Amino acid sequence: MQFSEQWLRSWVNPALNSDELAHLLTMAGLEVEENEAAAPAFSDVFVAEVLSVSKHPDADRLNVCSVNVGEAEPLQIVCGAPNVAAGLKVPCARIGAVLPGNFKIKKAKVRGIESSGMLCSGDEMGIASDIDGLYELPSDAPVGMPIREFLALDDRLLTLKLTPNRTDCLSIRGIAREVAALTKASLSPVVIETAAVNTDATIAVALNAAEACPRYAGRLIQGINQAAATPDWMKQRLERSGIRSISAIVDITNYVLLELGQPMHAFDAAKLSGGVQVRFAKAGESITLLNEKELKLSDDLLVIADDREVLALAGIMGGLASSVTESTQDIFLESAFFAPDVIAGKARRFGFSSDSSHRFERGIDFGNVRQALERATQLVVDICGGQVGPVTEQLTTLPARTPVALRVSRVAKVLGISLPATEIMAMLQGLGLACELASDVITVTPPSYRFDIEIEEDLIEEVARVFGYDNIPVSPSLARMSMLPQAGDRRSKNVLKSILASRNYQETISYAFVEEKWETDFAANSAPIRLMNPIASQMSVMRSTLIGGLVAGLQHNLNRKQDRVRLFELARVFQGVAAHQQPERMAALAWGNRFAEQWGVAKERVDFYDIKADVEALLAPRVAQYRRVNHPALHPGRSAEVVLDGEVIGVLGEVHPQWVQSYGLAFAPVVFELSVAALTQVAKLQAEPIAKFQVVRRDLALLMDESLAAGTLLLAFESLKSPIISSVEVFDVYRGKGLPDGKKSLAFKILLQDTLKTLTDEEIDIAVAKLLQKAEECGAILRA
Amino acid sequence: MVANMQALLDAGLAALDATNDPVELEIVKAHYIGKQGQITALMKLLAAMPADEKKAFGAQVNQTKQAFEAALNAKRDGIAAEKLAAQLAAEALDVSLPGRGHAKGGLHPVTLVQQRIEALFGSMGFAVADGPEIENDFHNFEALNIPKNHPARAMQDTFYIESEGEPLVLRTHTSPIQVRYMLDNEPPIKIIAPGRVYRVDSDATHSPMFHQMEGLWVEEGVSFADLKSVIVDFLRRFFERDDLEVRFRPSFFPFTEPSAEIDVKWSKGWMEVGGCGMVHPNVLKSVNIDSEKYTGFAFGIGLDRFAMLYYGVNDLRLFFENDVSFLSQFK
Repeated sequence: MQFSEQWLRSWVNPALNSDELAHLLTMAGLEVEENEAAAPAFSDVFVAEVLSVSKHPDADRLNVCSVNVGEAEPLQIVCGAPNVAAGLKVPCARIGAVLPGNFKIKKAKVRGIESSGMLCSGDEMGIASDIDGLYELPSDAPVGMPIREFLALDDRLLTLKLTPNRTDCLSIRGIAREVAALTKASLSPVVIETAAVNTDATIAVALNAAEACPRYAGRLIQGINQAAATPDWMKQRLERSGIRSISAIVDITNYVLLELGQPMHAFDAAKLSGGVQVRFAKAGESITLLNEKELKLSDDLLVIADDREVLALAGIMGGLASSVTESTQDIFLESAFFAPDVIAGKARRFGFSSDSSHRFERGIDFGNVRQALERATQLVVDICGGQVGPVTEQLTTLPARTPVALRVSRVAKVLGISLPATEIMAMLQGLGLACELASDVITVTPPSYRFDIEIEEDLIEEVARVFGYDNIPVSPSLARMSMLPQAGDRRSKNVLKSILASRNYQETISYAFVEEKWETDFAANSAPIRLMNPIASQMSVMRSTLIGGLVAGLQHNLNRKQDRVRLFELARVFQGVAAHQQPERMAALAWGNRFAEQWGVAKERVDFYDIKADVEALLAPRVAQYRRVNHPALHPGRSAEVVLDGEVIGVLGEVHPQWVQSYGLAFAPVVFELSVAALTQVAKLQAEPIAKFQVVRRDLALLMDESLAAGTLLLAFESLKSPIISSVEVFDVYRGKGLPDGKKSLAFKILLQDTLKTLTDEEIDIAVAKLLQKAEECGAILRA
Repeated sequence: MVANMQALLDAGLAALDATNDPVELEIVKAHYIGKQGQITALMKLLAAMPADEKKAFGAQVNQTKQAFEAALNAKRDGIAAEKLAAQLAAEALDVSLPGRGHAKGGLHPVTLVQQRIEALFGSMGFAVADGPEIENDFHNFEALNIPKNHPARAMQDTFYIESEGEPLVLRTHTSPIQVRYMLDNEPPIKIIAPGRVYRVDSDATHSPMFHQMEGLWVEEGVSFADLKSVIVDFLRRFFERDDLEVRFRPSFFPFTEPSAEIDVKWSKGWMEVGGCGMVHPNVLKSVNIDSEKYTGFAFGIGLDRFAMLYYGVNDLRLFFENDVSFLSQFK
């Protein structure tokens, strides 16, 4: 809410400057978002009267004016404004004046004619004006008065960013009440007198939705002068509150809204048919609003209707058909209370908001409805005249204001400060809350303008606010201590990330919502989890794999001329909507050479086995099995699933050639994606004694078909391992010269050892023979 | 005789001096103290000498031999040392060439800041909690006392998932984690919950996915004064500025009461860095914690924003573009 500081000060004027006032409001929870001058600084501009105007002899568009600025002698000023005329009152900058933009007014000759000052436009003074040309002042403006004083330009415009609970501060009255409570300055509210009724004309009001509208007051005012101009003081206050002046009647309703916080509406009485009723809309009804939006209404929308049709969306906006126009003579003024939960969200449903709906959906002062109507009547009569009819008011059950108990001890418990009951009472009473004290308990009855006081904590917050959050001491907390558990068989995600970072990968973070195509391509997911309201079509489904994001990351970096990219991400994937269907994964992608370009290292592309080493490093000390797999994202011959303790925990491999092509990649990236739950689980380490006896090494070169996987042999050898065979590892792979087509040779390094004694040759030979026998069972023979 | 012996030694020493070659050195050695060597020949004379001359002559010959041998050994050591020096010189590397193999990769700046914050709160006994990102209405809104018609629930603000049953959203904050944690654990509860959150908002300063961190401490006797001290402590440690000014400004959140915005004084004035407050009794009630017995505070900060402040990054979008030329600055 934006308002004029001077307007506020006419209600309450604490001994604070503008900055101090803004700070006070901010620190009380009414955040001052902006605090700007109503007009930029300038000096020596006065109200002046143009006495005469004559054409400049040497310039068609210039006039030579004689101007009275309130001194004995008039000034001669050359002026080029089109609207200059004798008798006009305008602002005049005298010699020595400094206008915004450090524009200094000096004595000058304009095309040979001396000019002793400048007549000003709004623009030149840095203030808004509708007129193109000189800023025209009213004819009664006192000549010689500084213009800043006459136009009250030394004002500031404050904008409050109010939290939704502080609906009571959406008016000058509300802010003034708060300032008075915080500073103990006295409050001078506007005096509202009951208007004299001089006609008995009325319009009947019926409440057909009593819970939605428990209070409705209206009155007819007939024979108004719709052409009457809005007074300048009112225009100025409206404009400084960010509201444009429209017509006297509309301006008055807006003025009361700002002043008292009561949204008002004026109907053109001539356009009403019969009585006015407040009811819910019927299906099929429609209305064109003042903002020219045409709406089809549903039965949860509260409306004001006459006997014939819907006139207005209650509490939101009036209808165009019944609105006040230039030809209006009789008006029906409405002042009502609509229940917040009935209004809430309705304007938003149609994509707009109004000053009225903004207030009603948060709750307005239902105790003020009648008073506001009187205030508006007073202003209409003062400005537009007219015959005032009696108030027609319908009233049912207003919101309850249940007393709330506040324990003094609870204040201390929640805030951590001890305050005496009397001090707490004084704070609450200052805010207009009725209090009663009995032993430790203060019973508080909230006023009609507060919708945010329902429980004890609401009152504790009020106490904290008035006491000042800043005044609550900061000292280290005292607490019972206990150590956090550290599971020996778990490790953190941070450890996993560090492992990959140390292996030359860069961590990335990608959006969880992706292009649907990625899900089809990389996860063969034809029924992805969809967003109802995606921000863009390429962010419409939730990902079930991280691979797409890594490929996109690769593309992005290739477009930026990177020739080698290694990325990883740790994030959730979405296989379903239940909590357990949103597991975390860790995925990585490598593309380009194995090593960054450097001296002394061969330029070889990264391949399956490089990435497998990364996977092995991530899993260590646990060791997984790798089985060929058909995965939609991966090359079927160059991919594997990672199996740990019989459970598949992820995949690795080259990206499928099909996607390499369609994603415009020169060659295949190698990727892996693993379950984070599996990676964070580690075996609790237990030391084993180291053997005292010598280790014996034997090498076995075995010949086999290409199709026989090394893993098959290793798995077969696993069963023979202890007690003598301590490790079996592949150390060479050979194919080509000397071997038949379709065959390969694998060389195994066998380490043999006994923990109790030195092995004999015979024992070693028996062990190797067993290994050979296993190998033969798998289809591998000793290479000759 | 004595003069001859001296001349012989001088000649021998000169011969040693004249050579720098190990083979030549052996020839010189043979020439003087080898089996046919000249000094050896003098030794042989001893046998035929009368006893009275034998002693003096023998001593002289021995001296001569020892002097020669000492010079020979010194020469040998000298040649070896020179050889080693030459070898070392030949083996010298250009130590200024870069190291070989993989350079270090890097972690995302948001991760680094998250780790820093986890360490700070860990030192005060806060554990790290997490939860799902697709949430239901109960955990994301209802349990947090967010009313049915609250604007945050609107489709302009919250991402909704197409689903048959109850309405599902992408969590709009990390607060559902505290709800889940409080449902599963008894007080005392002391956690932080970092994670990805989602809102329908995308421009230069907003990303539809971003990172928040929630903190929660529920225990008997936890007050607003504790909240202030923990937050002030955290901010001063995080930014490593003991004189950092922090202020708490009354605000409104459905899930806390009293509530506050947290501002820190930055170069250009006060800057909002998070929200906090005492956990609303309705929230405690919805997770079956006795709000008469226990009180607690909660706070939330934007991790991306903290990363921007910490590293001096001025464009949020850089965090989600995955451009390695940007990211590789963070090791």
